[in-house]
Amino acid sequence: MAIKSNKAVKISQKHLLGIQDLSITDVNLILNEAKQFIELNKSKKKKLDILRGKTQINLFFEPSTRTQSSFELAGKRLGADVMSMNIVNSAIKKGETLIDTAMTLNAMHPDLIVIRHQDSGACNLLSQKVNCSVINAGDGRREHPTQALLDALTIIDRKKKIQGLKIAICGDILHSRVARSNIYLLNMLGAEVNIIAPSNLTPNGIESFGVNKFTDMKKGLKDCDIVMMLRLQNERMTSSYLSSNREYYEYYGLTQDKLNFAKEDALIMHPGPMNRGVEIDTNLADDINKSVIQEQVELGVAVRMACLKIFCE
Amino acid sequence: MKKQYFLNADIVDPKNNINENGGLIIDEKGKIEAIGKKVNKNNIPSREKITDLKGKHIFPGIVDMRVFVGEPGYEYKENFRTLSNAALSGGVTSVVTMPNTDPIIDNVSIVDFLKRRGRDKSKINIFPSASLTKNLEGKIMTEFGLLQRKGIIAFTDGLKTIQNSLLMSRIMRSAGDLDALIMQHAEDNNLSMNGIVNNSIVATKLGLPGIPDISEKIIIERDLTLLNEYSCRYHISQISSRKSIEVIERNRQELNFTAGVSINNLSLNENDIGDFRTFLKLSPPLRSEQDRVEIVNALKKGYIDVIVSDHKPEDQEQKRLTFNQAATGASGIETLLATSLELYHNQSLKLDTIIAALTSNPAKILKINKGNLSIGEDADFSIVDINKPWVVKKEKIISKSKNTSLDEKKLQGKVLNTFIRGEELFKL
Repeated sequence: MAIKSNKAVKISQKHLLGIQDLSITDVNLILNEAKQFIELNKSKKKKLDILRGKTQINLFFEPSTRTQSSFELAGKRLGADVMSMNIVNSAIKKGETLIDTAMTLNAMHPDLIVIRHQDSGACNLLSQKVNCSVINAGDGRREHPTQALLDALTIIDRKKKIQGLKIAICGDILHSRVARSNIYLLNMLGAEVNIIAPSNLTPNGIESFGVNKFTDMKKGLKDCDIVMMLRLQNERMTSSYLSSNREYYEYYGLTQDKLNFAKEDALIMHPGPMNRGVEIDTNLADDINKSVIQEQVELGVAVRMACLKIFCE
Repeated sequence: MKKQYFLNADIVDPKNNINENGGLIIDEKGKIEAIGKKVNKNNIPSREKITDLKGKHIFPGIVDMRVFVGEPGYEYKENFRTLSNAALSGGVTSVVTMPNTDPIIDNVSIVDFLKRRGRDKSKINIFPSASLTKNLEGKIMTEFGLLQRKGIIAFTDGLKTIQNSLLMSRIMRSAGDLDALIMQHAEDNNLSMNGIVNNSIVATKLGLPGIPDISEKIIIERDLTLLNEYSCRYHISQISSRKSIEVIERNRQELNFTAGVSINNLSLNENDIGDFRTFLKLSPPLRSEQDRVEIVNALKKGYIDVIVSDHKPEDQEQKRLTFNQAATGASGIETLLATSLELYHNQSLKLDTIIAALTSNPAKILKINKGNLSIGEDADFSIVDINKPWVVKKEKIISKSKNTSLDEKKLQGKVLNTFIRGEELFKL
């Protein structure tokens, strides 16, 4: 399959650290590039040689299934040499700092480093210390740009547009980098964004991001085209934010009776991994007419291929 | 020592209500013999060498109430020698050192060591504080009486706050009996749990956990409630938000207490953190511009008494980390005066107010005879060109650690000479 190369438009950034840094031209460049890879990924011969001879290092400081494998696959399909660092067995466990790790890897002349880190701003720090492009695969609670881009691509694929759509993001907004990146991106693309969360899981000043804030799920879901559920990030909660999962499910779990307040053709999204029966009813998650959760994973590979290609140039 | 004569200086000495052009005579013992407009050419013998300070200021030596020195335990960050060199270049002649060392300054035997080191290695006056509680654990109070006898002039857990209200009440009663000065870092541990920046839109954007301003306010309110019952010498180390100022304003008439502010909270705000600049990871955190402006106003109205450098040297290894992992604090003793003068140059504060907050006010709270130019006292002072422009450069920092919060900042006002007991120990 022939992949068109778009030489006319260049990305404005050296690194992909967050949606905040991107212009709408950058976003369209990535999304258009990604669209070309969707078909390729469905075809029998999936391998290209666009990144042949290039080295991609995946540096995941946090456990990850879909993002890490998605980036790994994306790199391999483009022909790059992909190395995934195993942090558990690395010098980081021996007390090496991020900057020293960065210098070490930099000396091996990679073309791309994909990093996930539990600390907000870790990718920014890394990007200051290496020569190659850095792609943020999630930093603390700050940003997860490729997730937001793949969510946008999924919405466009299904709804043919984002402009004018009403999109609800529900759940643990406080600890969520996915929510932050999505708010920036969906706002940029002209959607109306509703944030639905208990006050304890709503970050300070979120209204100033240009979103509507709700604590009542039924009100927040009213007439929405997209319902984006977030995972309750229990591992980041150091004290009591909620009484119990049971009560949370009752008030903030996505169930059919709550979904009825959204538009009839509303789509359900979730960045995964899901806590079934906590933030989402298990049958709804699997409902192929409503849930696009699997498609998100599928398009995730295409978006990451686009990002790797664009930021490697 | 020869007698020294300075003429034509603009002298500011808030303790003695001096703000006038005049001269200064230092006697053979390094004491102030005469000062003010009465000192002129006519009453100086003609054969003597006179230094003409036209256009220059004379300020009393600064008394910095909040300084972290690495000794003992963290000498690689700062020792008494490097601290005193840094201090002198900024016109600081007396410091109160924090007890957060290794070992912690919480018992009588370590104080002897500290005083000896301070005397042998430091050129400035060192006034050590001791911890409020043993091992800074917030459980058992230290021996205020015995420690004071050894020369401790204030008690504080430095970076930590007494969380337990019962213990705080007992500390206050004991301090009242023994006339001890208590300096509280006001922060409720639970409210600020894991927090590292102001709890605001900036925290949300950076994805960093926040420290709410009420975490400071609630401790101040509690302490003032206790102070109403158990009177003692009580000082709030650093105010960072306008909510705390409201509490101070409400209680100032009824109660006797004092408050300080870090130069960082006076001159910077949370937006300066920018792209995760770890040198601006501070405690208390930088807050909003509105908070900063209200703090300046509080100084003007006298609700805040003291400006401190909150000098906290940290070596590179503690700062070349992610914002979450990096150590808290900034080096600031040598930029304290120049940064404070910014508030004079931009017409926020009168020069008198600034110099009082740096000299006579802290000396009064600490009950030490420093920070003034009284006749017969030690001639600790600096000569300053308050208009001289300069740019802060990290690599030019004299302190052993270079973690300045003001790198590349343009400042106006430079210390030209610093004297202690009449001896010139720094010259630009």
